[in-house]
Amino acid sequence: MHGSIAVCEAVLAALRDIPGFRDAEPGEFTRRALMNGKLDLSEAEGIGDLLEAETAAQRRQAIALVGGALGDLAEAWRSDLVAALAKIEAGIDFADEDLPPEVLSGVGATLTATSLAMKAQVDGSRAAERIREGFEVALIGPPNAGKSTLLNRLAGRDAALTSDVPGTTRDVIEVRMDIEGLPVSFLDMAGIRDAADRIETLGVERARSRAELADIRVFLLDGVTDPASLGVEPMPGDVITRSKADIVRSGAGLPVSGLTGAGVDNLLESIGKELGGRVAGASVASHARHRTAIAEASEALRHAADILANGGDQTELVAVEIMRALRSIDFLVGRVDIESVLGEIFSRFCIGK
Amino acid sequence: MKHQDYDIIVVGGGHAGVEAVLAAARMGRSVALVTQRIIGIGVMSCNPAIGGIGKGHIVREIDALDGIMGRAADEAAIQYRLLNRSKGPATQGPRAQADRDLYRNAIRMAVARSDVSVIEADVVDLDVRPGEVAGVILRDGAVIRSRCVVLTTGTFLNGVIHMGKESRSAGRVGDVASIALARRISDLGLPLGRLKTGTPPRLAGRTIDWRALEAQPADDAPEFLSFATERAQCRQVSCGIAHTNPATHDVIRENLDKTVSYGASPSGVGPRYCPSIEDKVVRFADKSSHQVFLEPEGLSTDLVYPNGISTSLPADVQLEYVRTMDGLSRAEIVQPGYAIEYDYVDPRALDRTLGVKSLPGLYLAGQINGTTGYEEAAGQGLLAGLNAACRCMEDDPVILERFQSYIGVMVDDLVTKGVTEPYRMFTSRAEYRLELRADNADQRLTPLGLDRGCVGSERKVSFERKMSRLGTAMAIASDIRLTPGQAAEMGISVTRDGVRRNLIDLAPHATGGFASLAGQFVQFEGVEPSILAQIDRESVYRPYLERQAKDAERLRRDEGVALPSSLDYEAMPGLSNELRVKLGKIRPSTLGQAGRVEGMTPAALTLVLLHARQAERV
Repeated sequence: MHGSIAVCEAVLAALRDIPGFRDAEPGEFTRRALMNGKLDLSEAEGIGDLLEAETAAQRRQAIALVGGALGDLAEAWRSDLVAALAKIEAGIDFADEDLPPEVLSGVGATLTATSLAMKAQVDGSRAAERIREGFEVALIGPPNAGKSTLLNRLAGRDAALTSDVPGTTRDVIEVRMDIEGLPVSFLDMAGIRDAADRIETLGVERARSRAELADIRVFLLDGVTDPASLGVEPMPGDVITRSKADIVRSGAGLPVSGLTGAGVDNLLESIGKELGGRVAGASVASHARHRTAIAEASEALRHAADILANGGDQTELVAVEIMRALRSIDFLVGRVDIESVLGEIFSRFCIGK
Repeated sequence: MKHQDYDIIVVGGGHAGVEAVLAAARMGRSVALVTQRIIGIGVMSCNPAIGGIGKGHIVREIDALDGIMGRAADEAAIQYRLLNRSKGPATQGPRAQADRDLYRNAIRMAVARSDVSVIEADVVDLDVRPGEVAGVILRDGAVIRSRCVVLTTGTFLNGVIHMGKESRSAGRVGDVASIALARRISDLGLPLGRLKTGTPPRLAGRTIDWRALEAQPADDAPEFLSFATERAQCRQVSCGIAHTNPATHDVIRENLDKTVSYGASPSGVGPRYCPSIEDKVVRFADKSSHQVFLEPEGLSTDLVYPNGISTSLPADVQLEYVRTMDGLSRAEIVQPGYAIEYDYVDPRALDRTLGVKSLPGLYLAGQINGTTGYEEAAGQGLLAGLNAACRCMEDDPVILERFQSYIGVMVDDLVTKGVTEPYRMFTSRAEYRLELRADNADQRLTPLGLDRGCVGSERKVSFERKMSRLGTAMAIASDIRLTPGQAAEMGISVTRDGVRRNLIDLAPHATGGFASLAGQFVQFEGVEPSILAQIDRESVYRPYLERQAKDAERLRRDEGVALPSSLDYEAMPGLSNELRVKLGKIRPSTLGQAGRVEGMTPAALTLVLLHARQAERV
């Protein structure tokens, strides 16, 4: 069907005459797939992500979730932990019988190894969440350093108002881009200086705090100014540029000109490389809910291993910690408190459609 | 025979029946205990011991509700041992070897002192009226009418005893099986299954060479089974420990074909954790030795119970393998061991009052529900008796929750998951193990018992005295707050964060626990050691309990999600066949209960919830 709006409308109008025909509710197909056992919760979560995917990396990540990557991981951890717990419990409930002394052997190693594997997922989940939610790159520099001009160049349109009057930009302006498959928001903000009026002062404050929270800061400087003089410390991975390179012909920093476009490709490449490195270790845990649950499980198992290492007379507490880890894993896949998990997932479909 | 009417009739005089009938009597109901043999009331038909890990917890809970088991065991205890003494308080289970005669006498005295009518008769049928049970029918055709009936028939339903190739119908050795009653239960549409259990041969103590055996003495400081007991009432004795050896195993292996258990006939499933010696030898073939505890059956008898070698081999083979063990080379068998197979009712036909869902007024308790063990039976009997009484009084039923008691855990497990082998209590079955301790069973349950009227005045007074002393001492302990520096002066190292901590928070870090800490403050002069010990047990788990309370919130939210009874599990295409059948049978009332159904997966739980939500919308 050749799909102009008018054609689609006409076809839909014809279809609506069929008795029983109606529009699907938001998330209805996913809900039905869940009800018919074709999908599990984290897979449904992946479908939500897929609907919202803007870039290739987001799509790949969502597909992994839909494919059950997280559910498989949780199931593998679960079976290791259940086996460890069974040994601990045997030591408690059959204390009076002649258990072989090796019953507790290997439990400590399992607990430590699982805790570390979980920690790796937690560590990689920040990057995964970034892929899902997008990175932020803050443009920071003194007033009239060419930040808005650079932003407009990146956007390919006049997203920000520019003028040669210093302090033109007061609010934070965002432009969303796809850099090598990764979603990136560039933030244009007020130039950093001791401002004269109260409104500009607030703008500068906001610029500093947003810059600090951003994943990468791009400093727009003149080749000689120390970036730290802006009151925002450069961090590893940040980019220091020599802005207005069409005018400022020498000095330190990556030459970039928003006006002519010179050096912009180099800047994007450098940002793309840095972010690419950061997402290399991304785990399948791409939601804050996943990270919280896995982090709690990891911590519980670390405690369990510590208690066990202190001697075998508090194994009931080791069991408590393993149970806590299991409950966290259960929460991850929706075995407990499933209603809140469902609510969270479906609230996203309603917005999405 | 004159027809008497009672509020409640309890059928069976074992551990479940006795607790049921006494609980109903304490509630002021008119009750009758109908048993095949009055002399069999209170008999310990298996090993001569009460309590243990998990089981001792249940005994304390029964005691907290003023049941008889703990007190009777203390009257008969000839060897006290607190199991898991070196581990944390939540895992410790009090256990006692009991003199069989003394135990039975204690139970019979308790029944005699109560207002229970005891009737020696064989119940062959139930008097069923439309919609409810109306009494029992005896072998001579006589009918006894009542509002409620509690069946505690143990292994008697279609019981068959196996010894070697011989099989005969029986309840216990020397008792007749209840075949007609089994048929009646089957006719009521209650699903029946088959289980088996075994006993070892009984030995003559004088023929055992005790000097050749390791002795296991009683604890120096006995931990009693009843909260009301203050001192040991019998002379304490030691048990012996013997060991099987490769020669023992050879004899067993060579004779496996002489027992029906390894032939085609018995269909019953035996417990994995209390296996017969034949099972042990076959399944753990690489183990060259198993422990055998030689437990004296009493102070005035020569009988010895060799715990660990239950068997259904022929009598001559039993004698042959027993004599291969060191210390038993001249042992004589007084009564050979045997295996028994019996019918049980799938407990998923019951609700959490232990009432039969399809027949109001009928309650089942004990081995008939697929459990094993005196303590498990007694706990169910108590609960069934209370609920039968509540029904007669048109009072709310007594439901024990999983976070409240081991009895609650057991009943929820039974009615939700059913059984696949004889059900025995383990502490690992309790998610709230740290809270469900043997030492605080009274704190957990006696208030409920007082509220419902099943706790007598004597226990009320002693419980309230204990709680008031405990409360006072806890208040003092909470009021004394030390800085990290002051704590360090007393030898307790905590983080130097400037935070003042009270004595309860500090106790787990102090060598010697709360008692030694309290010893350094005059405020605790005159406080009984038992009170100090109790605060110590409370303090050990406090940080964990606070966190667990938060975790439990998540679980409780699931308990709050009601599942409509109209939910059609058959019509849920995403469910596996197995789960469809299970859920259809159990009809869980909450999402939490559904989550505990065996084999439940997260995906299945999700779709049950979604269907429930949809059912609500329609």
